[in-house]
Amino acid sequence: MDNALIYIALAAIFGLFMAWGIGANDVANAMATSIGSKAITVKQAVIVAAVFEFSGAVLAGGEVTKTIRKGIIDASSLTDTPEYLVFGMLAALLAAGMWLLIASRRGWPVSTTHSIVGAIIGFAIVGIGMDSVQWVMVGQIVASWVASPLIAGTLAFLLFKSVQWLILSRPDPLERARRYVPFYIFLAVFMMALVTMFKGLKHIGLDLTTFNAYMIAAGSGVIVAVIGKFFIQRIQPNRKAEKKFHYFTVERVFAVLMVVTACGMAFAHGSNDVANAIGPVAAVISIAQEGALTQKSPVSIWILLLGGLGIVVGLATYGRHVIATVGSKITHLTPSRGFAAELAAATTIVIASGTGIPVSTTHTLVGAVLGVGMARGISAIDLGVVGRIFLSWIITIPAGAILAIVFFFLLKFIFA
Amino acid sequence: MANYITKIFGESPVAPMQEHMEVCFKAARALLPFFEQVMVYEWGEASMWRDKIVSLEKEADELKKQIRGQLPKSMFMPVPREDLLNLLWAQDQIANTARDISGIVLGRKMHIPEKIQKTFNEFVQRNCDAAKKARKSVRELDELYTTGFRGAEADFVEKLVDELDQIENETDEMQAQVREELFSLEKSLPPVDVIFLYQVIELIGEIGDMAERIGRRLELLLSH
Repeated sequence: MDNALIYIALAAIFGLFMAWGIGANDVANAMATSIGSKAITVKQAVIVAAVFEFSGAVLAGGEVTKTIRKGIIDASSLTDTPEYLVFGMLAALLAAGMWLLIASRRGWPVSTTHSIVGAIIGFAIVGIGMDSVQWVMVGQIVASWVASPLIAGTLAFLLFKSVQWLILSRPDPLERARRYVPFYIFLAVFMMALVTMFKGLKHIGLDLTTFNAYMIAAGSGVIVAVIGKFFIQRIQPNRKAEKKFHYFTVERVFAVLMVVTACGMAFAHGSNDVANAIGPVAAVISIAQEGALTQKSPVSIWILLLGGLGIVVGLATYGRHVIATVGSKITHLTPSRGFAAELAAATTIVIASGTGIPVSTTHTLVGAVLGVGMARGISAIDLGVVGRIFLSWIITIPAGAILAIVFFFLLKFIFA
Repeated sequence: MANYITKIFGESPVAPMQEHMEVCFKAARALLPFFEQVMVYEWGEASMWRDKIVSLEKEADELKKQIRGQLPKSMFMPVPREDLLNLLWAQDQIANTARDISGIVLGRKMHIPEKIQKTFNEFVQRNCDAAKKARKSVRELDELYTTGFRGAEADFVEKLVDELDQIENETDEMQAQVREELFSLEKSLPPVDVIFLYQVIELIGEIGDMAERIGRRLELLLSH
């Protein structure tokens, strides 16, 4: 293909920029509940985010990347003009990046996932044709955008209800917290590990049987739970602080759990959102190299590494400031709540990642927060803001689509 | 770039509500030294305490406005907004009443007849006790939010409210007794003074009533 190298270079630059943007902005949303509950410091949050966003992206980001790369568009009608697909994917990246830039400047709550999916659909309809869109897949994705906050909300509701029932409503909440919190740690690690092993590890050359996957997931769950128990036992009751707030020490036990769920949340976010940046890059590269978007070629690991790296750089250069701001703004979310929201959201997102469905991390997390609120867990939730967040994706999809169409014709004009 | 997820979490009304109650209780408690000075006709000292009560009442008003401002209708909370605002109103009423009492007494340089002073002082003390118990109950508000208004913590608050009711009953009995003692004296006192004295007794009793009402509001929060 002519200009193959230019295409690849452009894709890598745009993709890196998107990944940078995700690291700079989105990660803060994923970490918001952790920092808000003061379970971890801002510095720790940045480190946790860097490590687990990266591993999430590399270990479990393959499936969603596959979907973005070739699940939304049926490229079979484009065998004669594969460049169109290159232009389209580049346009989608530019459009989503541009839209996110405009939206964040204005303070509009938009989703990276919705922008990129909208942009890809947009250029596909206009640039290639209505039939080129895999409507069944798109239908599934859109349905998951409704379902993921609902599922996360239900999970969070049940998790927090169980905490109330097992620990908070009892006369001896501290003893009970010490006893039960390790089980929640186990649950968190088990879920993350299981989904990752089922879906994520094939592309790094590790193929496990179902039984092995269960065993390893359970094993890692037990190990982390034991480590957690060690830290929990070391927590001494602070009588002075308890006099003011009786659940002070109980919340400190939950803070240990929250460190684990914060890792889970960063991992989940990395696994789902890395694809928004590098899915189109992967598509451009395989077309440029092979002249067509083959269904067989797997996502190469170095592209995932590139995405993970971009996120970490975004986090280090800009994201840590956003995280610090978030930390100072959420003032009263205690770990017993934060963990329930995070575990519910992370589980939902990781399952979506395993299935290859791109979902919005923010929306899922907002759904989970509402779930905790429904269980009378949060002292005040602004439903006006929640409404604006959920409504924003309705404008994000056409906006991403229109911008992608403009960029598509622009690129076509320049290169063809 | 703005981060919008932080905006989902409205400001919790719990800490300001508790602070408001502290201020209102302080205003009621200042009535004790105030009356101490009134009984010995130290009007300068009494007016100092009156100023303190007025400034505490103003502080309570500011807090009240702030709390109301941060609870718009779109706020989704574990308890109905109206119940919380009613609780706030009852708390605020304690400071208002303390201001009214000190205003009338100081303005008229009121003499509390020596014969009723003992019962009168006990009556003021008991009403302040009621306010104190109400404060203790409101201090549990953050714990109630943590437990989701259920379980052992809710039982504990129930118990506090029962104790509060008990104290309020006692203030009612004492109020009847102060009135009785005043009645037996009233023929020998200037009639206008007597009228205002009855009014002050009424207002002091109001503090106990408001404390009881705070207990009722807390119970309402528990019943949802």
